[in-house]
Amino acid sequence: MKRSRITECNDWFLERFPLTKLWNEHMAHYYAPKNFNFWYFFGSLALLVLVNQILTGIFLTMNYKPDAKLAFDSVEYIMRDVNWGWLIRYMHSTGSSAFFIVVYLHMFRGLLYGSFKHPRELVWIFGMLLFVALMAEAFMGYLLPWGQMSYWGAQVIISLFSAIPVIGDDLSLWLRGDYVVSDATLNRFFAFHVIAVPLALVMLVFLHIVALHEVGSNNPDGIEIKESKDPWGHPVDGIPFHPYYTVKDLVGVGVFMLFFATVIFYMPEMGGYFLEHANFIPADPMKTPEHIAPVWYFTPFYAILRAIPDKFAGVIGMGGAIVVLFLLPWLDRSPVKSIRYRGGIYKKALMLFVISFLALGYLGTQPATPTATIFARIFSAIYFGFFLLMPLYTRWEKTKPVPKRLTTVHSLEEQLPALIEEITVLKPAATEIGHTAFKGSSFTRQPNPEGIKNVISRLAKKAIGSLD
Amino acid sequence: MNNKGVDQSKRQFLTTALTVVGAVGTGYLAVPFLAQMQPSAKAMAAGAPVEVDISKMEPGQLIRVAWRGKPVWILNRTPQVLETLKTLDNELRDPLSQESIQPESSKNPVRSIKPEVFVAVGLCTHLGCSPTFRPEIAPNDLGDKWKGGFFCPCHGSWFDLAGRVYRGVPAPTNLEIPPYRYITDTQLIIGESAEEASA
Repeated sequence: MKRSRITECNDWFLERFPLTKLWNEHMAHYYAPKNFNFWYFFGSLALLVLVNQILTGIFLTMNYKPDAKLAFDSVEYIMRDVNWGWLIRYMHSTGSSAFFIVVYLHMFRGLLYGSFKHPRELVWIFGMLLFVALMAEAFMGYLLPWGQMSYWGAQVIISLFSAIPVIGDDLSLWLRGDYVVSDATLNRFFAFHVIAVPLALVMLVFLHIVALHEVGSNNPDGIEIKESKDPWGHPVDGIPFHPYYTVKDLVGVGVFMLFFATVIFYMPEMGGYFLEHANFIPADPMKTPEHIAPVWYFTPFYAILRAIPDKFAGVIGMGGAIVVLFLLPWLDRSPVKSIRYRGGIYKKALMLFVISFLALGYLGTQPATPTATIFARIFSAIYFGFFLLMPLYTRWEKTKPVPKRLTTVHSLEEQLPALIEEITVLKPAATEIGHTAFKGSSFTRQPNPEGIKNVISRLAKKAIGSLD
Repeated sequence: MNNKGVDQSKRQFLTTALTVVGAVGTGYLAVPFLAQMQPSAKAMAAGAPVEVDISKMEPGQLIRVAWRGKPVWILNRTPQVLETLKTLDNELRDPLSQESIQPESSKNPVRSIKPEVFVAVGLCTHLGCSPTFRPEIAPNDLGDKWKGGFFCPCHGSWFDLAGRVYRGVPAPTNLEIPPYRYITDTQLIIGESAEEASA
């Protein structure tokens, strides 16, 4: 048989580069658990947002000027005069908030299903390093528009380093490159924001995925699918990542883009949360805005900083809130991974943690009144309590037996007919004059108060029961 | 030609020696890169003293001038304010400015050369925000304990009208007082201390 030119080129390439091998290892023959749910969209979405940030970022640098005299005006120039500049900038600014939303949900998934536990400790550590790099990237990017919030936010965060004993003052001077935040600071932040940190992010994403594919993905049941294999050596409860999850993730991408586009086109400032109002005023080193707050994704940590009435202890508290996340795989002593088989203590603790994280996030956007400070202290205590008491309460909790194989959850479509049967009742159709009954049917369905009451009380009982 | 096989200890020594030499070389190479992030010669040279005319200041008025890129406040304090300052010592962290930065000529309870004219760097000693000037007594948002002073909107630090920090707030020390001196009765120069001029 005569080989076509294309096949020959193909072979020439594959003899020199293991493309097929790579594709199979990480996509077509990478077996992922078959029961991924909603929470498993956010990893691939984070990758999508990273690509968005890199692409829009490249185009923004074509018109942006990293100079204290020109920066603010060059951003306005992009917004007003550059063709489609407003769209590219809003994609970038909305993308940064979207990045944090997606990453926080991705991390919460880890807490739900114990994805940080043995053998995925390194996946979690690389992920946490990604989170720290992402925070650095976002912080340095926020200085670039050179507005009031940019300036004073950078002033505050760099001053954090001056709280470190002995070397603090020299360190913050070295970071700024001047005695105050100035042109030198702006220029170096630009260099870090567009070259250094993105490189680190891409490398860490690579490490995160390589580590994940070595140990395999966790799943909502927290069961290792590699422990039950078919005669061909594939996990019985696994399905190839491609095409099954590539297609599933595409649906997630579609829904995500719908929300993303809505924000970009209709609410790019998000009421001052994504782009703060004070940042539309050029930086003024003489005057701090009346109320300064970081962008929403830093506010939980900022609220912890403010809650502690001592400079160094405050910085330790803020740093500790992130460091403690790194230790999670060793703080959790529970023998089971997934929240489905954990005891009630963990469920309640996680609920309190989520509440305190959201509350701290809210308080961080508000002025530091005495009442707000007291609440911030309470929620900071819960935040740290969740982690530091974890070795105790996870050891005590009564876990449920973990099945050997993945469980199947009944889909809503299967349950719907039975549910409708329960909450409605069949009644003979009314035959009054002027009232047209349904064709071919002398009965109509009407709501059944008794049935609805039963369903609601059953749901409430189930919700309470699931906490134990 | 050596037929005795590999001399492991020699090989180990050479590997270690080369690693050490390489690490030292890398360390030296890192110095210029790290040092170039220090303030440049130009940034260090900037910061000439600033002259300020205070003859037109009303009692209670605050003016801001820029010195080394930082805001410097000059406040004309009224006699009532100076009376209030004497009553606050118990609520302050460092009422006598033992641990705070100021020139020797301002190391007194009112923290100034002339009691009525207060000069300070307008940056919070916590994390460097510029506190807001709130001379009014017991406003709604700050509560009854407020006797007039500087309030930092960033993290809620309180300072009195001599820049002295209250207890129980994040700022560790009193506001910094820059070196300054009087050229004439109504002319200030910020950036040169009274001690330097008399010496």
